[in-house]
Amino acid sequence: MKNFALVGNPNSGKTTLFNLLTGATAHVGNWPGVTVEKRSGKYKGKKNGVEASIVDLPGIYSLSPYTPEEVIARNYIIEEKPDLIIDIVDSTNIERNLYLTTQLLEMNVPVVVALNMSDALNQEGKTIDVEALEKALGIPVVSISALKNKGVDELMERAAKASQVARVGHSVVAENEKFAEPIAKAAKIYEEKGIDNPLFHAIKALENDEIEAQKHPEDVAEIKKLLPEEEMEFEASSANERYNYITAKLSTCVQGNVVKEAKAKSNRSDKIDKVLTNKWAGIPIFLVILLIVFGLTFSEDLFFLGRLGVVFKESSFAGNEYFEGLFWHATEFDEFGKVVANGGINSPGVILAGTWEGFAAWLGDMMNKGLEAAGAAEWAVGFIDSVVIDGLFAVIGFLPQILLLYLFFSILEDSGYMARVAFIFDRIFRKLGLSGRAFIPMLMGYGCGVPAMINTRTLNTDKERTQTIRAIAFFPCGAKMTLLAAVAGCLSGVFGLNAALVAYSFYLIGLVVAILLIVLMHWTTQREKVPPFIMELPAYHFPQFRALMIHIWDKTKHYLKKAATIIVISAIFIWLFTHLTWNWQYVNPEETGYAGTVLADFSAWISPIFTPMGFGNVQLGDYAWAYTLSSITGIVAKEVVPDTLSIISGGELELFVAASGIHTSGFYAFIVFNLMTIPCFASIGTAKAELPKGTLKWTLLFWVVSSYILGCITYLMIEWVWTLAIIIPVIIGIYALAYLYNRKKNKEEALAA
Amino acid sequence: MEKKLNEFSIGESGIIAKVEGEGRVRRRLFDMGLTPGAEVYLRKKAPMGDPLEITLRGYELSLRKDEAQWVVCTMEEAK
Repeated sequence: MKNFALVGNPNSGKTTLFNLLTGATAHVGNWPGVTVEKRSGKYKGKKNGVEASIVDLPGIYSLSPYTPEEVIARNYIIEEKPDLIIDIVDSTNIERNLYLTTQLLEMNVPVVVALNMSDALNQEGKTIDVEALEKALGIPVVSISALKNKGVDELMERAAKASQVARVGHSVVAENEKFAEPIAKAAKIYEEKGIDNPLFHAIKALENDEIEAQKHPEDVAEIKKLLPEEEMEFEASSANERYNYITAKLSTCVQGNVVKEAKAKSNRSDKIDKVLTNKWAGIPIFLVILLIVFGLTFSEDLFFLGRLGVVFKESSFAGNEYFEGLFWHATEFDEFGKVVANGGINSPGVILAGTWEGFAAWLGDMMNKGLEAAGAAEWAVGFIDSVVIDGLFAVIGFLPQILLLYLFFSILEDSGYMARVAFIFDRIFRKLGLSGRAFIPMLMGYGCGVPAMINTRTLNTDKERTQTIRAIAFFPCGAKMTLLAAVAGCLSGVFGLNAALVAYSFYLIGLVVAILLIVLMHWTTQREKVPPFIMELPAYHFPQFRALMIHIWDKTKHYLKKAATIIVISAIFIWLFTHLTWNWQYVNPEETGYAGTVLADFSAWISPIFTPMGFGNVQLGDYAWAYTLSSITGIVAKEVVPDTLSIISGGELELFVAASGIHTSGFYAFIVFNLMTIPCFASIGTAKAELPKGTLKWTLLFWVVSSYILGCITYLMIEWVWTLAIIIPVIIGIYALAYLYNRKKNKEEALAA
Repeated sequence: MEKKLNEFSIGESGIIAKVEGEGRVRRRLFDMGLTPGAEVYLRKKAPMGDPLEITLRGYELSLRKDEAQWVVCTMEEAK
């Protein structure tokens, strides 16, 4: 079967065409070693009988080697040698899109241009003379609409035909007499050495291309001498020649002049942009959109109706209890008729999660009953109960909300709005050494870290991605809210604190810590020049339902595969060692508590580690292991922290915490440590997939060390206020050292360059 | 009259005369169509004054002032 590669600019409709061509056969993987998605599938034409396997190369603007996407596309064409390239060109943006085409033409591979969205162009009163364009480029050009499935059969038919005939590379740059000779000579050097695609390599060598210079250093040195002295700036000239060629050819192929009307045009996108990126309204609008997205996903009081004073009465008809809890909850009153707790409508996210929870509970119940009926041992029932139902189901239980959040952000992304968000906020993030793009995944971190980490794929460099993924862990996600809600009783009951205020303080601490540590990373281990911000602002358009669903389905598979394996293994591990004594005797913690089990003893041994944080053996003695154990099990998921404590305390959490003699400082440090440390198994799995290969261990270490230090600072600071006199100068000192280190390195690099 | 792209006021347009700077950023500017002879139009600035949004070759591009300072333009005759 022939192998076709899809190549094109971002936002050219490439993915839509790919989905259309491959349908259900599409397969998503990763390109080796990088976090760029690799999509492949098969095309089977019903009408034209054409069959081909299709690879969707990443969206690129050029074949220069400056982004991972460009390198992937380039290496694929050179090394895997597809039988044909389908170059998808956005007609509404034809000038820049053809720039990539002129580079593809230099390779010895048949190319077919798919002129997409020509219908949109017609609406603007312009037409492209396809035949004239075909003649100008010397390759088949087919007008299509991927969105409306028009012209695709013809495209594939002509592609199949073109793939039968070998094509020799041709360069538009060589059409200028000045460059014809050096290019021909350079190509000959490669040809004589038997290197494939000699013309492509020759031009890249003349352009002083980084990859070319690495691969064929001697040839490049020799080839550069071929240029006449006044034309040593070939890199500039070649780009210039390409664009000049395109403008010249287009002026004859396009009626209604696409090229020079940009200034006058005032289309739909411009009107939307006037509002959304408005100097004054831009930021407030963004905050409102964000509030709506999080509200629809996580809110238990949708549109703040309850908080605004709408009273939800309890209704009494039969069978209502279930719906009441699922879709809404009633306002609670005290004996004098004063409102104690607001009622409210649940958001779609909460309803979905509740439905799933109900289903999982029912399923778990059935499994338990089935096992008991089959005469399974008590330990086996307990094992299934905690590993499958509590462990796996709990993590899958996040899935509805994760996917919903991901869906909303995909809609914002696909519509073109996220590019504007990056545009609006770039100024702030550049100060931290990141680009405006990094803002989006961090915000998602307030909902759930998993989709947030997946979203870091849109970032430019590995270092920016690493810093953002690490920072996401400090943002209080939905699960951490559960932890805070569970300990709220202790905060107010035992320590007399205002629980809501404390919860709010963690939002702030998370944000401040994230910013401080990004700065520190940027000055030390993750140093890099602020990556340039040269980004297309694509026209707004309605996201496609089909594409969104494919998106979501990919993410679901990704999450389940990566997260589930790690989760099950870890849940089994933790279950075993919290239910077995050193003699391999089974104990049931719900009857006898964890005392004597392997992990409880282990926790008791290592509890001195937590002494500097105020909840170790020195302060709490025999109670210390309980806090240690819940901090360990908390790595599974943050909800497990209060769960473990509550099992240990036999359901009397407040009494237990009071009896343990922990100080406010220690308890606060305990929460800080748990909120800031390794977030959960699901996020470890995701971070592993999204971080550069082999660097997960450093990120885990980063999380553990920074949360440990933060916990210690919290304890010392609250227990003995005077320690601030030492802590603050030490922190300033560390930052000063990091700053000086960065400055020294910068100077060294400037000298070297 | 020559002017750097980062010094444009909103609504101004000019023809690119040359692109200075070096390395990756310059290459990227070329690839995105900022080559001599192209017409650029400053659409707007982000709420905090940076980055810029320009129109060129029929599409919208955003770039920082740091990058725009390399683009030297010939201004059209005064309107």
